[in-house]
Amino acid sequence: MMHRRHFLIYAALWFAGTTSLTRASIIRDRMPWAPYPSSAPRFERPGPWQFFTADEASAIEAIADRIIPPDPQTPGGKDAGCAVFIDRQLKGPYGSRAGLYNLGPHVKGTKEQGAQSAQTPAELYRKGLANLDRHCATSFDGKKFTQLSADQQDDVLKKIEAGEIKFHGVDAQGFFDALLKDVPEGFFSDPIHGGNHNMVGWSMIGFPGIRYDYRDWVHRHNERYPYPPVSIAGRADWIPHPT
Amino acid sequence: MARKLPAKDVVIVGLGWTGSIMAYELADAGLDVVAIERGPWRNTATDYPPNYAADELRYRIRHELFLRPEQTTFTFRNKMAQTALPIRSWGAFMPPNGVGGGGVHWNAETWRFLPSDFVLRSHLIERYGAGFLPDDMTIQDWGVTYDELEPHYDRFEYLCGTSGQAGNLKGQIVEGGNPFEGPRSRPYPNPPQDQPFGHTLFAKAARELGYKPFPQPSGNMSRAYQNPLGVRLGPCTYCGFCEWFGCGNYAKATPQTTILPALLRKPNFSARDNSEVTRINVDASGKRATGVTFVDTDGNEWEQPADLVILSAYTIFNVQLLLLSQIGKPYDPDANSGVIGRNFTHQTISDVTSFFDPEKFIFNPFIASGAIGTCIDEFNGDNFDHGPHGFVGGGYMGQVQTNGRPIETTPVPPGTPRWGAQWKKAVKENYQSALKPGTGVHGSMYSYRDVYMDLDPTYKDRFGRPLARITMDFHDNEIKQNAFLTDKFAAIFQAMGARQVVKEYRKAPYDVTKYQTTHLCGGAIMGSDPNTSALNRYLQIWDVPNLFVMGASAFPQNAGYNPTGTLAALAYWSADAIRTKYLKSPGHLIDA
Repeated sequence: MMHRRHFLIYAALWFAGTTSLTRASIIRDRMPWAPYPSSAPRFERPGPWQFFTADEASAIEAIADRIIPPDPQTPGGKDAGCAVFIDRQLKGPYGSRAGLYNLGPHVKGTKEQGAQSAQTPAELYRKGLANLDRHCATSFDGKKFTQLSADQQDDVLKKIEAGEIKFHGVDAQGFFDALLKDVPEGFFSDPIHGGNHNMVGWSMIGFPGIRYDYRDWVHRHNERYPYPPVSIAGRADWIPHPT
Repeated sequence: MARKLPAKDVVIVGLGWTGSIMAYELADAGLDVVAIERGPWRNTATDYPPNYAADELRYRIRHELFLRPEQTTFTFRNKMAQTALPIRSWGAFMPPNGVGGGGVHWNAETWRFLPSDFVLRSHLIERYGAGFLPDDMTIQDWGVTYDELEPHYDRFEYLCGTSGQAGNLKGQIVEGGNPFEGPRSRPYPNPPQDQPFGHTLFAKAARELGYKPFPQPSGNMSRAYQNPLGVRLGPCTYCGFCEWFGCGNYAKATPQTTILPALLRKPNFSARDNSEVTRINVDASGKRATGVTFVDTDGNEWEQPADLVILSAYTIFNVQLLLLSQIGKPYDPDANSGVIGRNFTHQTISDVTSFFDPEKFIFNPFIASGAIGTCIDEFNGDNFDHGPHGFVGGGYMGQVQTNGRPIETTPVPPGTPRWGAQWKKAVKENYQSALKPGTGVHGSMYSYRDVYMDLDPTYKDRFGRPLARITMDFHDNEIKQNAFLTDKFAAIFQAMGARQVVKEYRKAPYDVTKYQTTHLCGGAIMGSDPNTSALNRYLQIWDVPNLFVMGASAFPQNAGYNPTGTLAALAYWSADAIRTKYLKSPGHLIDA
């Protein structure tokens, strides 16, 4: 008779982006409780590329700086760490479509039915970047995207956006749509994910991050919130310096 | 071959709001109850503690707390002539998973439907004549009235500690509340939440235009609260991470923060998590449910026999399980016969984004809660004369902005490039001075003959079972309704002093990639005629009297409000009928 009265034990696992990785269990008598149960986030730090090759990473950094160019007040996509963010995302569950419905048949439908392609974001980026350099080599005398001027880079990206440049084995506009989603996500997501370095994206707009308690300010109408942003990882100036 | 477990008095399929309510009520009546939940146990400490609950990427963009489509999804098409294709990642709605269900990551808007909503068909025909309704519209009366549900609405609001301002106390209209609401027997248990700047500006402009604005009823606590079961909630901190997120503050009414702690203390209740019910079993007569079959995470198949089966999963899964278990006659839109899958609906949402002068307006959009909001109800249900307008239905509208999370809520004026220096500048300039309510116009969606659910002929879930197939499109009535409401809504933002007001009308075709709400309704509807409803007025399946089906799948059509208050009231209503009528004499509560 299988009547295990075992209590829920939560392995504090962070596995392939999945939390609450539990087996079927029986809950009774009280709220399940275990010490230190939380599926804490993983902290992405700068360092070696995990998905991109060095060339691919340079191209993504250049693209990130065109999508979000630097200005005198705020760094651009490159210095904000958007390429690091995308690199870590592509290496993780997002890159492989983990958790999505991937069974066939894969049939192209209407726009209202949503994307049906089996292609993963990892494949989309790999092929998209290869196509980008191939296009630039043909159109700009053997140069890579990173070797073009900013204006030339903008021009290439605008043509991809407009569907005027076709890629092989990958939808060029689909690739650009992914960039337009992923680069700003890197600029605005919590710095623990590798982008939004020093919370520059949040500082630019005045978003205070995860302060989580505004009871002191909800009544203060039309007054600018005065405190700087806080990340899940805290703030750089909170970390003690070695003496 | 399924291994058989010892029989229980009651088996409950799905431990969200309605499953928790039913489990509590039936365990309280002394029955031996087991709940079986497809997803994991969830709580604040494990899944969304305050030190990292506010992670927009993890929860909002990557959908941490929701069902994963690889577990199961649905196929979708607009028209019956099309081939349905699978929803491979979520868009228009967000199916829940795990203990607490959608109650974990909802915004906690806790509305009641209008008295006329429950007698919709007869009310509209009486006022406008049968010819006023489109031929293919299949709206029905519910078989239950507002007055019958009132005590049950009240119970849910006091369970949740709903923060709000009564507008109609026992027939007396109360200043500052919603004057259109049905009479309530007592005030909300908690005062309304504090309203940020944009919300108060909306109230002022609405009042000047002759409307009667009121604070949205909210399951985010305006103060600490202890509910009648002795469970305590903390005050909401207006953190701006509510819908799509779990609450790190124990300040949002969820099954975990209101009812599960009391339920789990009952020795005659237990739950199984990470266990998916694959079938409701019936005996050879087909008229009696004998229990359910479920599969655990090791792939073991179990049979749980029970005298009473409560189906309380999400709308689509309720309907899918009935179809897969061959209970009730499947709906056939060609023949206009059968009931399972019939009168399936969603919602008609639109929004208005308003840009104000950055030199004069600082909204601090990140100061918000899930159900904060200032609303008007002049254009909901049949609160206004539809005669001149040529449509029926409506919705509430309001400044109900829930967040200023920067991936999702960085609006830029139309004409701004999608990227580059100009885009960056526009994001920076407008973040603090734009208002984007999100689900600003919360319109009804009425039911039609060709909007329904059945089983897909091609696509399967991981167990090889057919996916549920959705056939859904917007009809002219809803499109007209939305244009009318969106224009009225935009006029309020104009009056607030916006320098640019951008209307985002809801248009056909229905798009399964564009988020509206998770308020899918119908498919196993209640009513008074077994030929056009799956359930009687007590949510009892007409054909199988020891099977009750909870949730919004019982709604014959969707009203212009969020559904949770009503589906919870229906669960209490049904539980009351089981306790006071069914248990004394198990069998049909209504003779078909």
